[in-house]
Amino acid sequence: MNRPGLGTACAAMLRRDLALAWRRRGDIAMPVLYAVIVATLFPFALGPEDTLLQRIAGGVVLVTVLLAMLLALDAMFASDIEDGSLEQLVLSPQPLALLLGMKILAHWLATALPLIVIAPLLAAMLHLPGTVIPVLLLALLLATPLLSLLGAVLVALTAGTRRSGMLLALMLLPLCVPAVIFAAGAVAAAQQGLPWLAPIAWLAAALVLAVVLAPLACAAALRIALDA
Amino acid sequence: MSDWIPLWLHKLGSPPTFYRFAGKLQPWAMTLALLLGAVALYGGLLLAPADYQQGDAYRIIFIHVPSAWMSMFIYAVMGVASFVALVWRIKLAEVVAMQSAPIGAAFTFITLVTGSLWGKPMWGTWWTWDARLTSELVLLFLYLGVIGLYHAFEDRRQGARAAGFLAIIGVINVPIVHFSVNWWNTLHQGSTVNVFGQSKMAWDMLWPLLTMTLATKFYYAASLFRRARTDLLDMEGGKDWVRKIAEDEADR
Amino acid sequence: MSALQHFLAMGGYAAYVWPAYAVFFVVLIADSIAPALRRHRVLRELRARLARQSARQQRQPPPATPSA
Repeated sequence: MNRPGLGTACAAMLRRDLALAWRRRGDIAMPVLYAVIVATLFPFALGPEDTLLQRIAGGVVLVTVLLAMLLALDAMFASDIEDGSLEQLVLSPQPLALLLGMKILAHWLATALPLIVIAPLLAAMLHLPGTVIPVLLLALLLATPLLSLLGAVLVALTAGTRRSGMLLALMLLPLCVPAVIFAAGAVAAAQQGLPWLAPIAWLAAALVLAVVLAPLACAAALRIALDA
Repeated sequence: MSDWIPLWLHKLGSPPTFYRFAGKLQPWAMTLALLLGAVALYGGLLLAPADYQQGDAYRIIFIHVPSAWMSMFIYAVMGVASFVALVWRIKLAEVVAMQSAPIGAAFTFITLVTGSLWGKPMWGTWWTWDARLTSELVLLFLYLGVIGLYHAFEDRRQGARAAGFLAIIGVINVPIVHFSVNWWNTLHQGSTVNVFGQSKMAWDMLWPLLTMTLATKFYYAASLFRRARTDLLDMEGGKDWVRKIAEDEADR
Repeated sequence: MSALQHFLAMGGYAAYVWPAYAVFFVVLIADSIAPALRRHRVLRELRARLARQSARQQRQPPPATPSA
């Protein structure tokens, strides 16, 4: 048996996950709808004054996107565990970390990318100045993969348990504090006309570190959680 | 395993031996904790003079600071025990790691509540988003996450390994949170609170503090021994030595 | 003011100092009682299980040779 090359396996993995996500298009729309609903509720709760909304817009969009991602995080490995394909993945000859990295990438493309696409709309609804929106998008582009990667490790840890979304939220909160701080910090700095490159650079550094380490940690966590 | 590890350490790792060993040490640790705690309270509440700036409110320090140290010390113990449990798959290390978590959470909770009670008269607020306070809150969430993950598994040993992994991730996370909150505070120019700053403590305030720190260390040992013994009984329910204990205690 | 009253007043900070100490002791006492309660429960359940097992063995002695 000649085994397929690493690149082929990774491409197949990515194609399969994206195809599966595309077949359940309704599930992709759910987090987006959730984010729109939450962002719409804020002005009703806080009042429609422009200055107040402007001040909180960046933070609201970031937290909304984060919560919407948390909503979809639970499903990252769920169907693969149910039909047993995750165990096949663990047994496959290719390095598990790399294949899981592809799964995380597919999940990010399916859930976070739509959120980033509508983020400018949400920001505009809350009167975020147009000049700040590029910084917000840049922060989201760096922060959302970071959350996907960190979340994947935690989802892998809970793979062997009965489902509990609340536990996942409790575990993710301490890990996502720095990401939220730097992403919101960059937006706030841009809004005040201060240099915003430093927090973005910190986010990028964290992302690079997570891209290297999180798939490995995810693989180790999955081995612990599935090892019965 | 390698032969540089002395034999008694291997023996100690076996549940019945550890059960007896912990049973012998536990009363001593508890007695020392109570004794030192009483001395520290006497020194802290009665002998130490009132602070010239903070009046008598500073006396919360004698429980607040030892609790804060314990919350971090126990997390470190949990991290090391989890690492040992994951690498060498020693059952006792899993028990130590998972039974430390509730004690650590208790000390973290005490730290937050007493800190809040101290902050109200001193800074005029129950809570401030200072790096030290925020890190402590994050630490509490980490403890709760570890406990929650441990109990989410049907299989106890598997739960201990998964939760141990989370504890190790947390060890890396806490300094990052501390650093990022510090950075965040300078951006928002929040109130910078510096209680312990350069102020040197007088000796008659320092010795009750150090005594209480020792007392909490011994308390932790005693509580950990108790919890570990109970957990071992639960885990090894089918074994002969546990059966004997169950029958002996029924006769009494 | 008597010495005890003076001590209890804590220089006007009694409302903060005493609750702090109360929390400290209540939490630690709860923490040290919890394992004792659990130990009783574990041993009681174990004894119940052992009693059930021995009762079952007395009612129907196991067959001398296990059937294929």
